[in-house]
Amino acid sequence: MAEDLARWQFAITSIYHFLFVPITIGLAFLVALLQTSWYRHEDPVKLRLTKFFGVLLLINVAIGVVTGLVQEFEFGMNWSKYSQEVGNIFGGPLAMEGLLAFFLESTFLGVWIFGWGRLSKRVHLACIWAVSAATMLSAAFIMAANSWMQHPVGYSTNPVTGQHQLTDIFALFTNPVFVWSYVHVLLASLVTATLVMLAASAWQLRKRGNEAFVATARLAIVVLVPAIILSLFVGSELGVIEGKYQPMKIAAAEAQWNTCASHCSFSLFQIGGGSNDQTPTQIIQIPSLLSILGTNSINGTIEGLNQLQAQDVATYGPGNYIPNVFIQYWSMRIMAYLAMLILALSVWGAWLAHRRRLAQSKVFLWVATWAVVLPFLVNTAGWMLAENGRQPWIVQNLMLTKNGVTPRVSSLEVWISIIAFVGIFAVMGLVDAFLMIKFSRRALEDTSETNELDHVEDGDLPELVY
Amino acid sequence: MTLGTLWLLIDVVFWVGFFVLEGFDFGVGILHSFVSKNDVERRICVNTIGPVWDGNEVWLIVAGAVIFAAFPLWYASMFSALYLALVVLLLALIVRGVAFEYTRKVDDERWQGAFRWGLTISSALIPLLIGVGLGDLLHGLPLNGAHQYTGNFFGLLTPFGLMSGVTMLALSVLMGADYLALKTDGELHARAAKLSVRAAWVCAVIVWGFVTWAHLGLGKGFVPNVAEVVALLGVVAAALFASAGSEGWAFTAATVGVAGTVATFFAEMYPKVMVSTNPANSVTVANSASPSYTLKVMTVVALVFFPVVLVYQTWTYVVFRRRLSGPRLSANAPAVDPAPSAQG
Repeated sequence: MAEDLARWQFAITSIYHFLFVPITIGLAFLVALLQTSWYRHEDPVKLRLTKFFGVLLLINVAIGVVTGLVQEFEFGMNWSKYSQEVGNIFGGPLAMEGLLAFFLESTFLGVWIFGWGRLSKRVHLACIWAVSAATMLSAAFIMAANSWMQHPVGYSTNPVTGQHQLTDIFALFTNPVFVWSYVHVLLASLVTATLVMLAASAWQLRKRGNEAFVATARLAIVVLVPAIILSLFVGSELGVIEGKYQPMKIAAAEAQWNTCASHCSFSLFQIGGGSNDQTPTQIIQIPSLLSILGTNSINGTIEGLNQLQAQDVATYGPGNYIPNVFIQYWSMRIMAYLAMLILALSVWGAWLAHRRRLAQSKVFLWVATWAVVLPFLVNTAGWMLAENGRQPWIVQNLMLTKNGVTPRVSSLEVWISIIAFVGIFAVMGLVDAFLMIKFSRRALEDTSETNELDHVEDGDLPELVY
Repeated sequence: MTLGTLWLLIDVVFWVGFFVLEGFDFGVGILHSFVSKNDVERRICVNTIGPVWDGNEVWLIVAGAVIFAAFPLWYASMFSALYLALVVLLLALIVRGVAFEYTRKVDDERWQGAFRWGLTISSALIPLLIGVGLGDLLHGLPLNGAHQYTGNFFGLLTPFGLMSGVTMLALSVLMGADYLALKTDGELHARAAKLSVRAAWVCAVIVWGFVTWAHLGLGKGFVPNVAEVVALLGVVAAALFASAGSEGWAFTAATVGVAGTVATFFAEMYPKVMVSTNPANSVTVANSASPSYTLKVMTVVALVFFPVVLVYQTWTYVVFRRRLSGPRLSANAPAVDPAPSAQG
């Protein structure tokens, strides 16, 4: 019971956290690009656009940071056995994240917010680039830690005490799961932030007719097109790599109960197929596609859940080693299908941008505004695929999730914390959404009346930002 | 010195850094609702810490993450023992974290009032709760053979823990008052300076009570250790300097007092890091430290990167070294015009 609650709590808080993280990572980069453009060409419109999207960035950073704190605490609160046994491995990247990335991000973000007009333009520009680099560095450490849970490397197990200990820190950062999933997360962040930027720009073009936002709509599309294409490619490759180390994850994503030797087909939809339904009705099968997706080869073999289960029982003892098939099957499809929609949107946008008709196509602008919900669904589905697919392991083939929970924390305590976090997250989520919409809709002219920013006047007062 | 002891020292440095740096910005967060006479003054207060508070809070995160990586057993025992207290602490950290950015985003009195009091209350709760937690580590909690806490939430409210919480809260108020005295001008400055003298004397009494309890009360003999002497002298000096109008020195002395107080927790416990009421079950440096490979890796990382962090964080204080006085609204903030009513 306490285990289930602890899992629910971690799922809720980490999914919630990851609504804001990709906006932060992607938007910091885009704002840095805008500010660089202003720095180079001194176009005051670019300055206003930098500030306009800078505010959206700050609204998100605030909530992204505080929801991240919850994660760090939860490892010790709900998963104390896990923390105790693998903290010397898993904790390392987290400590490095704080020291190398989080200090950098927080310090330079503060300087950037308050530094307008106080720092030289060049140093101030360097601050936002430092923030952008720090957000990406931060993701690297977190993904190294997560990838270690998916595919543990660089450790040894003491034969006497049974303790796992770190033996090679570099292995964590050359872990193939890390390399591919880190790039995948960065690309997903760019996709998310560009769609946020595109949605705000599209709304401004449609409702306010402010042509200044053609520039940001174009910037968003220019970054979005390669980001979504690469993201699909990298995600597919990541699937092949995970298939090697976590065959259950991939078999469950296709509800492949029995081994298929080659030319395995991919089903677009299925009816039925709950966790224990081995004979769902599969609709529209694409021949050989699953073999290609799962192994990069048309002759590839996809092992079945029943066979993998038998192997795992032989290796790890009695137990159910099959993840929730329903969640796997549908998160994979939601992720992939919605990503295809984003791809279609980006191609449409690129064509309009090429024809210089972005501001005129009301239909596109309307669709682009609403498309802002897509990346959040895609990201959430992607994480559910990755994390649910690892179950019942907390560290793949090394430690079961049920053995990682805190032994003495009661269900009541976990309930109290779930209610507390869900309550405050709901309120903060509403506040954040309200502020994002309000500041996405404000007139560009409201961002900055002055252009005092190119020269630092000595003796002037620091600004009251807050 | 073992690697484990070295890492305990490094972690103490992070705890001290956290309480010194965020100490003053907790203090400002608390005081901004009370020393200000109007909205502009409140904004000035908040903006004295605006550029730096977020970077300061990272010291807490790193202090926690260092325990995770270097002392996994300590991390596991402490965080699961303090469970519900940490839930409240997280709620406070969440409210405080968004309050800075969100307060001025909507021009509505109720909205701003809600976030203002959110900032005030959370700024008080955080040092109070962390103080209680540190006090409990030193006072001792019932732990079983697996170093798991066996009590409930109310068992965390030990008298010494509460005293520790009050001490950290009071020191934060003192640091805040000293910081405001350094960073503001005019009437606001006069009020902060006056407050910093009173706060220092109150703190001197509280810190005296704290170190006496920590040492004599918990049966550590008669002669106080260095950390305790430093803590008390620092706070008394802060009072004397503040009375003499030396604001820079008062702030420095208060910093020393906070450092001594935080060090007292760990100095009194050493070589334990989490005391159990059954002494056999205490968490110690030796039984909780990570294997040496992990500690060596972290030592290299810390030696290379920590100095860099110190350099750029110091630079931010140099950039924003001026006192804040007049209203000058940023382009980043929404149009709120406090000027006419506030010039009194």
